[in-house]
Order: sequence, then structure tokens, then C-alpha cells
Amino acid sequence: MARYFIKRLIQLIPVLFFVSIFVFLIIHLIPGDPVEVMLGEDDARASQELYQAMRKQLGLDAPIHIQYLRWIWHVLQGDLGKSLRTAEPVWDMVMARYPATIYLALSAFLVGTLISIPAGAIAAVKQNTAWDYSAMGFALFGISVPNFWLALLLILGLGLHWRVFPTMGYVDPTAHFGMFLWHLVMPSVVLGTAMASSITRFVRAEMLDQLRLDYVRTAKAKGLPDRKIVSRHVLRNSLVAATTAIGLQVGRLLGGATVIETVFSWPGVALLVLESVYARDYPLLQGSVLFLAVAYVFVNLFVDVFYKWLDPRISLE
Amino acid sequence: MLSDTMRSPSRSQKWLELRARLGESLRVILRNRLAAVGLVLIVLVSGASLCADLLITQSPFEMNMVNRLSPPSGEHLLGTDVFGRDIFTRVILGTRIAMQVAVGAVLLAIVLGVPLGAISGYVGGRVDTLIMRFIDAVLAFPGRLLAIALVAAMGANFLTLWLAIGINSIPGYARVVRGVVLSQKEKEYVEAARMTGESEMRILFFQILPNCIGPMLVLVTLDCAHAITAESSLSFLGLGFPPPAPSWGLMLNEARGYMELAPHVAIFPGLAISLTILGFNLLGDGLRDVLDPHQYDK
Repeated sequence: MARYFIKRLIQLIPVLFFVSIFVFLIIHLIPGDPVEVMLGEDDARASQELYQAMRKQLGLDAPIHIQYLRWIWHVLQGDLGKSLRTAEPVWDMVMARYPATIYLALSAFLVGTLISIPAGAIAAVKQNTAWDYSAMGFALFGISVPNFWLALLLILGLGLHWRVFPTMGYVDPTAHFGMFLWHLVMPSVVLGTAMASSITRFVRAEMLDQLRLDYVRTAKAKGLPDRKIVSRHVLRNSLVAATTAIGLQVGRLLGGATVIETVFSWPGVALLVLESVYARDYPLLQGSVLFLAVAYVFVNLFVDVFYKWLDPRISLE
Repeated sequence: MLSDTMRSPSRSQKWLELRARLGESLRVILRNRLAAVGLVLIVLVSGASLCADLLITQSPFEMNMVNRLSPPSGEHLLGTDVFGRDIFTRVILGTRIAMQVAVGAVLLAIVLGVPLGAISGYVGGRVDTLIMRFIDAVLAFPGRLLAIALVAAMGANFLTLWLAIGINSIPGYARVVRGVVLSQKEKEYVEAARMTGESEMRILFFQILPNCIGPMLVLVTLDCAHAITAESSLSFLGLGFPPPAPSWGLMLNEARGYMELAPHVAIFPGLAISLTILGFNLLGDGLRDVLDPHQYDK
């Protein structure tokens, strides 16, 4: 197991290299002169001094490969540069924001799995009944309705009309845990719904496959009640296979969070990405994108390792 | 000379066979009620985008401050938005942006993904490893974040949106095509074509690749759904086409501040997005059942 883990870690190196190249290149993809874009054309023209200082701060005065090496050298030491707007270190800004993203992702994950696993299992066991159709209808709804629209509808209904939940904002859990949970409900339901839909379909498909296998017939033949066959054997085996699907979705939560954090003004790293885009704060954009992308890569690694641990027969070569 | 006469009938036969198979598939799909609903929805949306000029009677940009946020009526079927613009007109024109972005992004993914997969599977060896590593790396990046970063850096226009959204779909096509090529390249008919003197390129394109059409159709429909979701999310975040473009996501963004006052401004554009995505998802599921019954939702 340890050997497998180390092997996977080594395989990550080229992936992380690619991710770093891409994040580094963001600043070079800006059409025209990035310094002018960031300073605003007039300011850049007005003060040659300011212009050169900014160029130097961004390291744009060296050949591109040197720029990359310098940048990655700093990144590896935890130095993501400084925000252009606040002059604060980007690393500190990301660190201040990441707990909110993790709370949101975890609770959405909880909502997603708590809905999808029972829904998928019931749909499979009661195939072609009203149960099945409503579970599949829910899944289709979740896949087709874009999460920001679902968020708007919930804000409109539960937030503005009935005033059950707050429509935006965040309360630190150490400050007031109840209020924290209260604010967390709508964002995590929205983010969890999309995740739940694809896992529901996966669990159902996997269970239907398992139910056709010989061991189910054997269990029936020896007189095991249906409920036990499903809960002790079929569901357990299906969930092993569903782990990868769930893992993929966890990664997607990080990406989907950008929209949800914006709609609900949830101050996580994903919202930081958006704020940096609006402010044309490219070092901050690079830093926060890099943080989320690396987190995504590691979440996927842990899912693979967990999967291998659950089912050692599987080779993930 | 001889090889020419031998080649052409076999190729045209293959296409005829393919056409017959597609015709049969279409009949089976239409028998699946949900897929048929999906197809109808897609036809409606595509029709609206092609004939938008015939459907609309008002300007999508003309503001009318007296008539702000007015509810649906005979004059304004879906009401007006915060600037007094006709929502029906804007929703109809929104189909154009959605479809243009979706078609462009998917085409880009096909144009880049299919050759990558074909070369990877056909050549094999180190080239295969290299291409597959690249594909893994693309998959390692969260798609939505990649799109946001690209659009943020390069600005929003059709080309960047196609690239930003399409790049996430490249791995899907490359993998499907590679799989098919690997499974077909040792088959006898390929060997036979080689004996008649067909070039390797011709074998790859005319003998092997037609086998990918089935699984690719499934990918195309589902990717169209993804692309439309992605475009509307980006424009909802204010990163898509700038105002006053009638993009559905942007319309919802503009509706945010007024939806308590006039819920219809937040409902109709969202309904348009959802029904379009639903159509592609239903058709994609139906196609998968018909063409690829062993492949479940992954």
C-alpha cells in the first residue's frame, strides 16, 4: 500500500508540472501588455517609473524560461507573490480563505452522498416503479438545472419570500456555530444537488449490475432475505465501485464552488479567484487558481488510494 | 489502377452500411420516449436560433424605462427586464449564443481530440504514452476553473469561449477514438485493406474511424449540454459576452437584484437554459442506451 502511494505521488510530478506551467502562463495570455492592462492604460503611460516598477515586481523583465524558474522557485517556498491591490502576500490571503471553501465542499459532499446513495439504491431495488422514476427524475433535474439558477430560485423562495434562510454571507464557526450552519444550508444544498444527481445514476447502474450477478442468486437460494442481500452484499459492493464516481465529484465541487461562492457571497478561495479577476489582480489570480488546482489533484490522488485500499484487487495502472 | 477499382465499392458500401445503421438507430431512439422529447427540445432550440429573425418583432437592445420589469402580457410575452427590454426577444436570441458556443466548443474538441486519439492508438509506443500523459494532465485541472482563468486572461469572444470550454472535452474524444482504434487495428478487414495497397492514412480515416461515430455521437450530445452550462455560468459570473449581449447567463446575472420585485426576470432565462440542457441530456442518455448499452454513467 505504501509503495503504491509513493508510486502515485511520483506520477503526480508531471501533472503538477503541467498545472504550474499553465498557471504561470495565465499572465502571458493577456493580450497586449499585461502591465498596461493591470495599471490601466493611462496610468501606465503617465508614469514610466510606476510602469517599470510593476514590470520588475511581476518579473516580466527576464526571458520567459527564467521567469518560470524564478516563479516556481518562489512558489515551492510558499511565496505566491503579492497582491497588486492590497500588497498583502497572496499566500496569506489564500490561507485566510481556504477554510470557508473546505466547509462548503465538505457539507455539500455530505448532502450529496446522503441523498444520492439511498436514492440510487432504492431506484435499483425498485426498478421501473414510481420510486425509480422519481429518483431518476430528480437526477435528471439536478443534471439539467444549472446550479446558479437553482441558487437563485432558492434565494427567491426560501430566502426572500419565506425568509427561512439567509440569502448570503458567512459567519465564522468559532464565532457562532449555529449561525454558521444556518448560512451554510442553502449553498451546500445547491452544490450538493448537482453532485447527488450523477452519483444517484451511478449507484443505480452499479446496483443493477450487481443484482444480476451469481452471488445474489446463491444468497437467495440459501434463503437470505432480500433486505439482507441488498444491505449486506449488493450495496456494499456497489459502493466500492461508486467511490471513483464520488471522488470525481469531490474534485468538481472545488470547481463548482466558484459560482456558488459568488451567488451566496461565501468568502472562500473560489470567490477569491473571481475577485482577483474583477480586480485584474493577476498574481492573486495565479495564486488562488494554483491552490485550487493543486487541491484538486491531491483530492483525486486520495480517492484513488482509498479505492485501492477498499478493493485491493483493483489495479489502477 | 486495380487497387482503385477494388477500394471504391468497399468504401461506399461501408458508408451505405453506416447510413443504414444510423437510420435504424434513429428509429430506435424515437421509440425511447424520453430521448424523443430530448430531440424535440433540441430541434426547437436549434430552430429558434436559426429562425430567430422571423420569431422576434422587437429589438433586444431597445430600452424602455417606462415599461421596466413589467410582467408577462400580450405585448411582452415573457415580460420586460430592468431596462424595459423584451425578455422573449432576448431569450430567443439567447439560443444563438448558446448554440454557437456549444457547437464551436464541441467542434474544437473533436478537431483536436480525434487526431490525438487516433495517432495515439494507431502509432502506439512512446507517442501513445506522451499523448496520454498530456490528456491526463488536462483532466487533472478542474474544468470550470480552467475556463475562468482562460477567459479572465484572454477576454471573452467566441474564440476564447470555444477554447476555454472545448479544451475540457478533448480528453473524452481522444480516449474514445484511441479505444476504438486499438480494438480495430488488428482486425482482418484492416489487414485486407492494407493488402490492396491503401495508405495507412486512408485506412485510419476511411476504415477505422467510421467505427467511432456511435460512441462519439453520445459524447457530442452530452458535451453540448456541458458547453451550454459552462457558457451560461461564465456569463452569469460576468466573464462571458459583455452587456448588452442577450446571453441567458448574463440575463440571470442582471436579474439578481430585482427578482423579489419581478420574479419573471429570473425565471424565464433559467428555464430556457434548463430545457436546452435537459434536451441534450435526454438525447444523450437515449443514444447511449441504443449505441453503447454497456457504458453506464461515469
